[in-house]
Amino acid sequence: MSALEIPYVYTPREDTGLTNAKLGIWLFLASEVMLFGALFSTYIVLRVGAPVWPRGASILNVPLATLNTVILISSSVTMVMAWAELARGQFKRHKLYLALTILLSFGFLIVKYVEYSTKFHHHLFPSKSTFLAIYFTLTGLHGLHVLGGIVVNTYFLGPGAKMWKTEPQRFMGRIEVAGLYWHFVDLVWIFLFPVLYLL
Amino acid sequence: MSSGHHEHSEQQEHHAEPGFWQKYVFSTDHKVIGLQYGFTALCFLFFGFLLMLLMRWQLAFPGQALPVIGKFFSDSSMPGGIMLPEFYNSLGAMHGTIMVFLGVVPLAVGAFGNYVMPLQIGAVDMAFPKINMASYWAFFVGGVVMLVSFFVPGGAANSGWTSYPPLAELATTGQTLWLLGMVFLITSSLLGSVNFIVTIIQLRVKGLSFMRLPFFVWAQFVTAFLLLLAFPPLEAAGVLQLMDRLAGSSFFLPSGLVVSGQLMHNSGGGTPILWQHLFWFLAHPEVYVLILPALGIVAEIIANNTRKPLWGYKSMVYSLIFLGFMSFIVWAHHMFMTGMGTVINAFFQTTTMIISVPSVIVLSCLFLSLWGGSIRFNTPMLFALAFLPMFGIGGLTGLPLGLTTTDLHLHDTYYVIGHFHYVVAPGTIFALFAGIYYWFPKATGRKMNEVLGKLHFIGSFIFINGVFMPMFIQGLAGVSRRLFDGGASYYHAGPVLKLNVMMSVSAWCLALAQLPFIINFFYSMFAGEKVTSDNPWQSTTLEWATPTPPPHGNFTFTPEVVRGPYEYSVPGESSDFLPQYQPVKG
Repeated sequence: MSALEIPYVYTPREDTGLTNAKLGIWLFLASEVMLFGALFSTYIVLRVGAPVWPRGASILNVPLATLNTVILISSSVTMVMAWAELARGQFKRHKLYLALTILLSFGFLIVKYVEYSTKFHHHLFPSKSTFLAIYFTLTGLHGLHVLGGIVVNTYFLGPGAKMWKTEPQRFMGRIEVAGLYWHFVDLVWIFLFPVLYLL
Repeated sequence: MSSGHHEHSEQQEHHAEPGFWQKYVFSTDHKVIGLQYGFTALCFLFFGFLLMLLMRWQLAFPGQALPVIGKFFSDSSMPGGIMLPEFYNSLGAMHGTIMVFLGVVPLAVGAFGNYVMPLQIGAVDMAFPKINMASYWAFFVGGVVMLVSFFVPGGAANSGWTSYPPLAELATTGQTLWLLGMVFLITSSLLGSVNFIVTIIQLRVKGLSFMRLPFFVWAQFVTAFLLLLAFPPLEAAGVLQLMDRLAGSSFFLPSGLVVSGQLMHNSGGGTPILWQHLFWFLAHPEVYVLILPALGIVAEIIANNTRKPLWGYKSMVYSLIFLGFMSFIVWAHHMFMTGMGTVINAFFQTTTMIISVPSVIVLSCLFLSLWGGSIRFNTPMLFALAFLPMFGIGGLTGLPLGLTTTDLHLHDTYYVIGHFHYVVAPGTIFALFAGIYYWFPKATGRKMNEVLGKLHFIGSFIFINGVFMPMFIQGLAGVSRRLFDGGASYYHAGPVLKLNVMMSVSAWCLALAQLPFIINFFYSMFAGEKVTSDNPWQSTTLEWATPTPPPHGNFTFTPEVVRGPYEYSVPGESSDFLPQYQPVKG
């Protein structure tokens, strides 16, 4: 039942220059932009309407968040390397870089966990103020996206890697698509960090 | 007609024959998924309609016990058969939610889009068959969550289908389930819309350029973009409302909120208007999600049954694209009464007037397409023809709502209900019926019965107007919507109150008028007149080039498109239709 040959899975369609998966991920990211766009708009509306708005740095831990920014940007670099090594046919090095990406993503979540638990320890909950509410919502949703990235990348490191033997071109496409998603998650954080922590 | 199917399966003999579950339940075939969407959505449409029939009893005879049926309800909803206000509110909220998100959209996009669109572009399947299956099951789970919400303490969501805070945030558990259900439905439509767009862009067969696409495919294309980009803000809003309800945050709760004389102990600082912005940013494009696929279906059927090309195909396509863009900047015309200020009101009033232009162009083109045609008045065509004036009434009555001065009077009255039901019920749902009658032979190999079909049409046409036309009169008299007693406690509603009985009787007769359809549907599926050709309507588009019903993989040859979609009655040709895939002579 699954023996259908759907075109443009392996090679780009001539007039669009895209494979199906690549077009699909760009569309998905467009919808993600709308999702986070709506949440950032919420932030603006709440802040503009508030009589007082705390400076992020006075409540949140800027050094930890800076560390997390470095971690996440590094993971984007290793993700590109994972793809580039695959393009060079270096499967072992690809696996190393992909594993590194996953490790860094876990690192990000651990730092985030430390941040969250200190907040909870000091009784800083979403119910305390709209600033904390939007902080937890935005970083929480972003954290879920990081978790999603980990699941996808772990699949490609583990059982999904078999495809490299059978359909290398398709596997490379998959890593590229996973990479695009991962860079988006990184990019969201690059907006989140200054907006929540610095401004 | 099934010879192609055998060839196909012989080629794949090394694959194990899929079992029942894989073939009909967890299928990745776009046609099976389309039918799954269709059945589920029809059931939900019927269920949502039943909710309304209950409400109409209360509106016609407020406070009176509902005979016979009333006994089956619990004391928390209808003690002694008399409807409680909370239950009425639940019915209203869930009628809207179910009809829009679980009925019409899944039928128009999930069912027709999934079944017909890949066939019309000559594709073997959707671009991502597994994602397609995931999309259906996410929809199914969302639907189940919505149904379950009727049985939690306090009943289903009862703050209207719009779920405006603060009311929605203070509502019972049903509202939380509503939000969770919506998250599933949004996920489903997101997966579906990515799939639709990629399929239309990538999987068109050779020769099928964008300006040769059937209008239905164009409608699905623009619709998918609306779903893709408009739904995420509602997802964000849903997450924020969930946070408010579950984590105690105050995104939509202002400071100093007093409920039943008690000061709320929330942090405050939020704004209820924000929800309205986020909600309508989805829900206005959603209106076009409801109507565009219907326009697509009607265009196909009109071209086929007038035996003429569509009049102004290109202007229709350009209008559609323009309409898609504009639909993102009209949302606040639902919010003229919130005190946004005259400048913002003027802006949204202007964009609203502008967006009516492309809608009128499309409708005019469809009307003009009838000119000089020798029309075949079969059941699908009757529904398609009725769609035109009904959608026209729905659209034109929208203009006074889009102008701020008249909206002051009409806002939140029954006039609004009449307006959008004309667009969606005798508009979109009629088009969906037309589509079912039209594509039924392709999916089953049998035609639906014409006599029962015409009975269904006439009954529906008369009674649906009996339901909705008086709403304009009531609304102009100032009767508000969402009143538990239908306006009985308001003096100014007095003179138009008696219309409620007529509307309710019409609604119940409308339900009876659906019986011929239900009988016809199941009768024709098993015992209807068999079609002798793969192209019983003598149509030009690609879906009719497949065997009947289309096998897995759809086509028995590799189609190539050589001409536009509606080459009917071409001068000098022997037959009155030239299919897109028929090779050029000489």
